[in-house]
Amino acid sequence: MTAVEVKELRKEFPILSEQVHGKPLIYLDNAASSQKPLQVIDAEAQYYCHNHSNVHRGVHQMSQRATEAFEQAREKARVFLNARETAELIFTKGCTDAINTVAHGFGQTLSKGDEVLISHLEHHSNIVPWQMACQRSGATLKVIPMKADGTLDWSEELLTEATRIVAVNHVSNALGTINPVERIIADAHAKGAQVLIDGAQSGPHMAIDVQALDADYYCLSGHKVYGPTGIGVLYGKLDRLKELPPYQGGGDMIKEVRFEGTTYAEPPFKFEAGTPNIAGAVALGAAFDFMASVGVERIARHEESLRKMGEEALMGIDGLKIYGTAENKASVISFLIGSNHPYDTGVLLDQMGIAIRTGHHCTQPIMDYYDIPGTARASFAAYNTEEEVLKFVDGVKRVAQMLQ
Amino acid sequence: MTIQQAQTEIEEEFELFDDWMQKYEHLIELGKDLPQISEEHKDDEHLIKGCQSRVWLHARLENGRVRYSADGDALITKGIISLLVRSLDDQPAADIVEADLEFIDRIGLKEHLSPTRANGLLSMAKQMKFYALAFQAQNGDAHG
Repeated sequence: MTAVEVKELRKEFPILSEQVHGKPLIYLDNAASSQKPLQVIDAEAQYYCHNHSNVHRGVHQMSQRATEAFEQAREKARVFLNARETAELIFTKGCTDAINTVAHGFGQTLSKGDEVLISHLEHHSNIVPWQMACQRSGATLKVIPMKADGTLDWSEELLTEATRIVAVNHVSNALGTINPVERIIADAHAKGAQVLIDGAQSGPHMAIDVQALDADYYCLSGHKVYGPTGIGVLYGKLDRLKELPPYQGGGDMIKEVRFEGTTYAEPPFKFEAGTPNIAGAVALGAAFDFMASVGVERIARHEESLRKMGEEALMGIDGLKIYGTAENKASVISFLIGSNHPYDTGVLLDQMGIAIRTGHHCTQPIMDYYDIPGTARASFAAYNTEEEVLKFVDGVKRVAQMLQ
Repeated sequence: MTIQQAQTEIEEEFELFDDWMQKYEHLIELGKDLPQISEEHKDDEHLIKGCQSRVWLHARLENGRVRYSADGDALITKGIISLLVRSLDDQPAADIVEADLEFIDRIGLKEHLSPTRANGLLSMAKQMKFYALAFQAQNGDAHG
């Protein structure tokens, strides 16, 4: 994207004109949550102004409109992930909820002697649900080790006859590493194991094709792909979803309820107990439209150039260390200035209007690996400019001087 | 110097700075002069809960006055605790228990802290008063 194109794009994001501490906001905390274009904000408002009622089984016009809007959003999710059919897309509260849905259901099929394989690079959301599933079932949790550059030390030997499922992220939120999920999926399938890919960080930065990947499950977070909070997507191969026990019980997920026993609805409804986040889904559909209109590949190239520019400039700062130096990275720069606590860096940049994230980024095992309390992390989105990256680098230089 | 005098001194110091970056620079400098807690006391028992970064606080009674020492792994946090220490250190326990810590508000520090950091500040102040209260109870020198 040219500077002029980015400038035009920024006009669609009202929040980017905000000031913080009297300075123009430079928002570089996109890996935590991206900002929302008017298209998404309007979609949610328009839905409530014109189309709202409860979905499914309503005979009246308004319920039909709401159902149509909700199911259209599902179709947009299908296109975004290139799934075979809409029945394979479940709306969840978010990526965490999606992982819990699978871990809880799949966990019921686990027993002592089975193995669940996750990686050292996982977000706590892709660790804790599996720990819980293993605790309940007696299965063993195993971990794919990481290397100092922030890549996975993958070997098919990590898979055994007992491996039932592999759960890894496509992109590391703390380090930006793009993991070799194609290979992991192929190796796992060869051993008869299923694979869940946590796509919270890949969704905003790359075109995803679940059919080409052949993933059994793939999860997305709505608010990271320019959509609203409180909504996410779980993709599952239809056969897998048919086998998977439901997560929560309630309305909408049933076929027939008798006191003697209940039969469940078919996917996706089997996993959507209760009134769903209809407005959130509709707005998420608008976010998928937004990403398609800008072009996912275009966004990825733009972010890549910002990241490389930032990394090169930061490496010139005395004592600064970048964590996560993989060849294949998404738009994240995790760093520390000497032995300074990332908290100081974050507070001082905030005073300059620059929003970054500091801490362990919900990946304590990664921080333990490097023996650090956390990192300062800048992450870029489609609307960030080269000028902002330069201001950020200048800010980091100033912080480095102050903390000397 | 009384607690009140120490606080007025800090407030006047902060009034000299025009912008918040300078105030932070000053805080970082103040943190460097913090009475250092001994390494043996940098343990879980002396860790203050509710801070984003780690802060350890120790107190002892010396000639009827409470002496504080502390450390933290973030410089700004150390600066903040150094303000509290400067205000309360070497004072009688009873005065510390009664002390008004509004000066933190008056230098505008609290509004510049996010809620989680403001909670951390509150935890530090509470812990300092808690130590004073314990010494007061030990010595039975409560003012009734």
